[in-house]
Amino acid sequence: MNFSEVFKQSNQLCKVSPDGKYLATCVQYRLVVRDVSTLQILQLYTCLDQISHMDWSSDSLFILCAMYKRGLVQVWSLEQPDWHCKIDEGSIGLVSSRWSPDGRHILNTTEFHLRVTVWSLCTKAVSYIKYPKACQKGIDFSRDGCYMALAERRDCKDYVSVFVCDDWHLLRHFETETQDLAGLEWSPNGCVLAVWDSCLEYKVLLYSLDGRLLSTYSAYEWSLGVKSVTWSPSSQFLAIGSYDEKVRILNHITWKKIAQFEHIATINNTKAVNEICPPPVQVPVVKPDPDRANPKIGVSTLAFSSDSRYLATKNDNMASVVWVWDMQKMSLLAVLEQTSAVRCFQWDPRRPRLALCTGNTKLYLWSPAGCVSVQVPTEGGFQVQSLNWHCCGETLILLGKDQLCLCYMDTDQEDK
Amino acid sequence: MPESSLDIFPPKVKDICSSSIECRPSPLRQSSQSSLPLHRNYMLSTFCTEKNVQECLSHISQEVSSLGLPPVWMESGGSSEMNVVAVLNCIYDLIQLHRRGLRTLENMEVEQLKSSSNLDYLQLTSTQLKEQLELSKRENTGLLERERQLQLKVKSLQNCLKNEKEEVQKLQNIIASRASQYNHEMKRKEREFNKLRERLNQLLVDKKEKKQAIDVLNNIGRADGKRSLWKTEKTEAKHEGEMYKTLLSDYDIRQRELLLENAELKKVLQQMKKDMVSILSSKKPTLKDDQHQDDDIQADLEEEVFDSSKESVELYCVHAREKLTNSIRLQWRRLKSHVERLDNQASLAQIGRSKNTDAVSRETHEEEMDRLKLEIQQCKDFIQTQHQLLQQLSSPYDEEKASLLSDCYMLQEKERFRDEWKTLEEQRKIFERERRNFTEAAIRLSHERKAFEDDRATWLKHQFLNLSPFADSNKPQMSKSKSAFLISKTEASAASAPEKLIKRPSDTTSPTPRCVPLTSPSTAELYPTLCLVPENRSTKPKRLTEHVEESSNFLNGNVPAQHKHWNDREDHSSHTLTKEKTSSI
Repeated sequence: MNFSEVFKQSNQLCKVSPDGKYLATCVQYRLVVRDVSTLQILQLYTCLDQISHMDWSSDSLFILCAMYKRGLVQVWSLEQPDWHCKIDEGSIGLVSSRWSPDGRHILNTTEFHLRVTVWSLCTKAVSYIKYPKACQKGIDFSRDGCYMALAERRDCKDYVSVFVCDDWHLLRHFETETQDLAGLEWSPNGCVLAVWDSCLEYKVLLYSLDGRLLSTYSAYEWSLGVKSVTWSPSSQFLAIGSYDEKVRILNHITWKKIAQFEHIATINNTKAVNEICPPPVQVPVVKPDPDRANPKIGVSTLAFSSDSRYLATKNDNMASVVWVWDMQKMSLLAVLEQTSAVRCFQWDPRRPRLALCTGNTKLYLWSPAGCVSVQVPTEGGFQVQSLNWHCCGETLILLGKDQLCLCYMDTDQEDK
Repeated sequence: MPESSLDIFPPKVKDICSSSIECRPSPLRQSSQSSLPLHRNYMLSTFCTEKNVQECLSHISQEVSSLGLPPVWMESGGSSEMNVVAVLNCIYDLIQLHRRGLRTLENMEVEQLKSSSNLDYLQLTSTQLKEQLELSKRENTGLLERERQLQLKVKSLQNCLKNEKEEVQKLQNIIASRASQYNHEMKRKEREFNKLRERLNQLLVDKKEKKQAIDVLNNIGRADGKRSLWKTEKTEAKHEGEMYKTLLSDYDIRQRELLLENAELKKVLQQMKKDMVSILSSKKPTLKDDQHQDDDIQADLEEEVFDSSKESVELYCVHAREKLTNSIRLQWRRLKSHVERLDNQASLAQIGRSKNTDAVSRETHEEEMDRLKLEIQQCKDFIQTQHQLLQQLSSPYDEEKASLLSDCYMLQEKERFRDEWKTLEEQRKIFERERRNFTEAAIRLSHERKAFEDDRATWLKHQFLNLSPFADSNKPQMSKSKSAFLISKTEASAASAPEKLIKRPSDTTSPTPRCVPLTSPSTAELYPTLCLVPENRSTKPKRLTEHVEESSNFLNGNVPAQHKHWNDREDHSSHTLTKEKTSSI
C-alpha cells in the first residue's frame, strides 16, 4: 500500500474523471487537473469566485465549477483549454448545479427552488422546469442516462415528472401518494422508481417507468419513518433504513419485505468483530436528545457492495460501529467497532472490500477475509474525513479538512 | 300443727327432709321396723313406748344436748317427772330449729334454682356464642379469601396500569418527536419565507436587475455526434416506444430468470421423486398392501422414463406440472407411510432395549421427515407462485404459443370479415343475376321497341298512305299500335326523368327506325327507366355506401379525438418546456 504526497484542496471537492484518467481538485477559486497515475498537473483553470461545487461531465471532457454565492457556473474543457463557458443566473440565484447524463446540458436550480433551468451547451437554448421540490433528493438520473425523474410540488401535492434526457421531452407526469415527498431514486436497471415520504410517515412507493404504481410499502405508523434508501446494484433488493434502527429489505419480484436487520446493542453471535471478542459483545449506544428534530437515531447510511452480496449499514446512535450483513444468508456477518464515530465508508467498486474512516489518521479496510488498519504516513497528521474509491478499485482518495492524499493498493490483498 | 307446717313444703323438700332424716338413723329406728315416712301425713312413730321411756328420755336429752339446746331432762335421781317447761322449751327450740332449718333449706333451694337457671342460661349463651364464633370464623375465612382475590386483581390492574402508562409514554414520545419535527420544518419554512421576502424587497428596490445569460465561446457538438431532432409527435411516439421497449426487455430478462429457476426447481423435484421411488422400491415389501405399491412404483418408473424424454415440452404444460406435483405428493405419502411402518417395526423390535437408542432413532427419523416435509412444502409453494407468475408472463411471449396466440387476437375480426365477405359475395352474385336479367329485359325491351317502332312506322305509313275513310281495316293494327303508342307514352313519361336515356326517339315521331345501340346500359341507368327497382335491393347498395361513409366518419372522428387526446396531454403538463432562443452579447 503506497501513499502519495499530500495536496491542497478546499471544500472536499476532489473528483476522479469517469474514465479514471484524471483527478480534479479545487483550491479556493482554482481548478487543478492532474493525471491520476503521475499526479502531475495537466491543467489549471481560474474561476471568478470560490468554487462551491465541481463535477466532471460523463464523457470526461468537461468540468463544471459552480459558485453559488455569485450565481455563476463556469465550464472548462480539457481538450481545449481556451474554450470557456460562463452561465450567469443573475438575480435569481443558484443553489445547485449538475450535469445532465449526456454531458452537454447543465441543470441549475435557482434559489428558493423557483425553477430548474436547463442550459444547453450545444445550442445555447434554455428550458425551464417549474415547481421543483426542495427535498433531500429531488432529481435523479437513471443509470443509462436516458431518463430524469424530478419531484415537483404544486398545490400542496407531490408529483413526479419523468423527462427524456435526449430532448427534455416530458414523458410522464403523475401524482404520488405521499404526504411530503423526501426523495426518489431509479433502480439500476432503470425500470423502477422508488419514491419515499418524509420521516413523519413511513411510506415507500414503487413506480414503473411508465408511471404505474407497482407497490406501496409501509412498515409502521406514527413513529419516525424512513431515513435512508438504497438499491442493490443488481436491482434485486431495495434496502430501507429507518429511525427505528432497523433495515428492511424488499425484493423486486413481489416488493414485499424478505428480511429485516436489527441493530441491537448486545450481539450474541458475531463471527467477526474488528478485534475478535467473545460474544456477547456490548455495542456502545448514545441516546439522542428526544426534543431535537432529526434525531441522531436510526439507520442513516446504507451501501451495497458491487456484487450485491454484502450490505454495510450505520446506525446513528451507535455511530462508531459499521454493520456488515450477508445478503445470501440474510444475516449479520460482521460488526466493525471503531474508537470513534465512523465518518465515511465506501465499497470498492470492483470487489467486496469496504474502506472506512473515523476522522483520525488511520484508514480501515475490511473484506470477508479479514480487516486491516493503516496509518496514513504524513507529517503533521492527516485526519481522514472522507474517502472515495477510484473506479478501477485500486486507488483510494482520502480527503482531510483541506488536504488530500491518494492511497494505492497493492494488487495482492493484505490479510490480518 | 306439725302436719300443717309440713304441708307448705313441696314434695321435693319432703324428699330432702326424708333424706336428711335418713342420715342420722337412730339406734331405735334401726330396731324398729318403721317404714320411712314417705307420706305427707306424718305418722306417729313407734319410737317410744311405755317400756323404754327412760331410755328414750336419755336418748332424747343426749340428742337435744348435742343439738346445743339446754338439756331437757336432768338425770336426777328419783323423779321421773319431766320438766315440762324444759320440755316445752326444748320442743319450742326444736321447732325453731326446724323452722330455721326449713328456711335455710328454702333459701338454699331457691339459691340452687337460681344457680341452675343461671347455669342453664350460661349454657345457652355459651352455645350461642360458640355458634357465633363458628359463624364469624367462617366469615373471616370468606373475607380472607376475598381479600386475596382482590389483591390479585389489584396486582393485575397495577400491571395493566403500568403497561398503559408505558404506552401513553411511548405515544407521548412519538407525539413529542413529531411535534419537534413539525416545529423544525415550520421554522425552516419560515426562514426561507423570510429570505424570499427580503429578496423580493431587494428586487423591487433594486432597479438594476441582472438577467440570466450564457456566454459560450463556441457551441460544442453533441456527445453522440448526432444532430438534435425537432420535437414532433414522431419523436414523442419514439420516446414512448423506447420506454416500453426498456420495460419489456426488463420483463423479458426477469421472466427468463424465473423460467431458469423454475426449471431448476423442477429438476430438483424430479430428482427427489426419483430418489423417493428408488427408496421405496428398494425396500422389501413386508406387508400385503405393498403389493399395490410395487405395481404403482413400477408404473411410476415407467412414467419416469417416459417423462424425462419430453421434459422440456412438459415444463410448459400445465397438466404436466400438476402431474409432477401430484406424483411427488403421492410418493411422499408412500414414503411417509413406509417410514412410519419402519418406525413401528423398529419400536416393536426394540422393546427390550434401552429407550435412549429407540428415541434417538425415531427422533432422527422424525427430524429427517420434518425436514423433508418442510422442503417439499417450500418447493410446492415456490412452484405455485412461479406457476402463477409464468401464467401471467408466459402467455404473450411463449414462443410455442406465439404463432397461435398472435392469430387469436385477429380471430374474431377474421371471422367477422369472412362473414361479411360471404354476404358481399352473395350480394354481388345477386347483383350480377339482376344485371343479367335487366340486360336481358333491356334487350328484350329494345327488341320490342324496335318491333313496335316498326309497327308504328308501318301503321303511320298505312295511315298516311290510306288517308281515307276506310280506316276499319287498320283498326286492329291501330289498336295494337295505340297500345304501343300508349306504352310509348307511358314510357316517355317514365323516361322523361332520366336524361341519360339512349333512346330518345319516343318524342320525335320520325319514322326512320332509330338504330338503337344495343350496348347494355348500366344497371344504375336502368333502374329509374324500368321502375322495377325492388325496395329491398335498393337498400343494400345504399347500406353499403352508408357503411363506407360511416367508416370514414369513424376514422375522421377518431382523428380529432386523437388530436384532442394529444392536446390534452400537452395541456395536462401545464408546465411546458418553453423553448426560447436567447443570444448572448
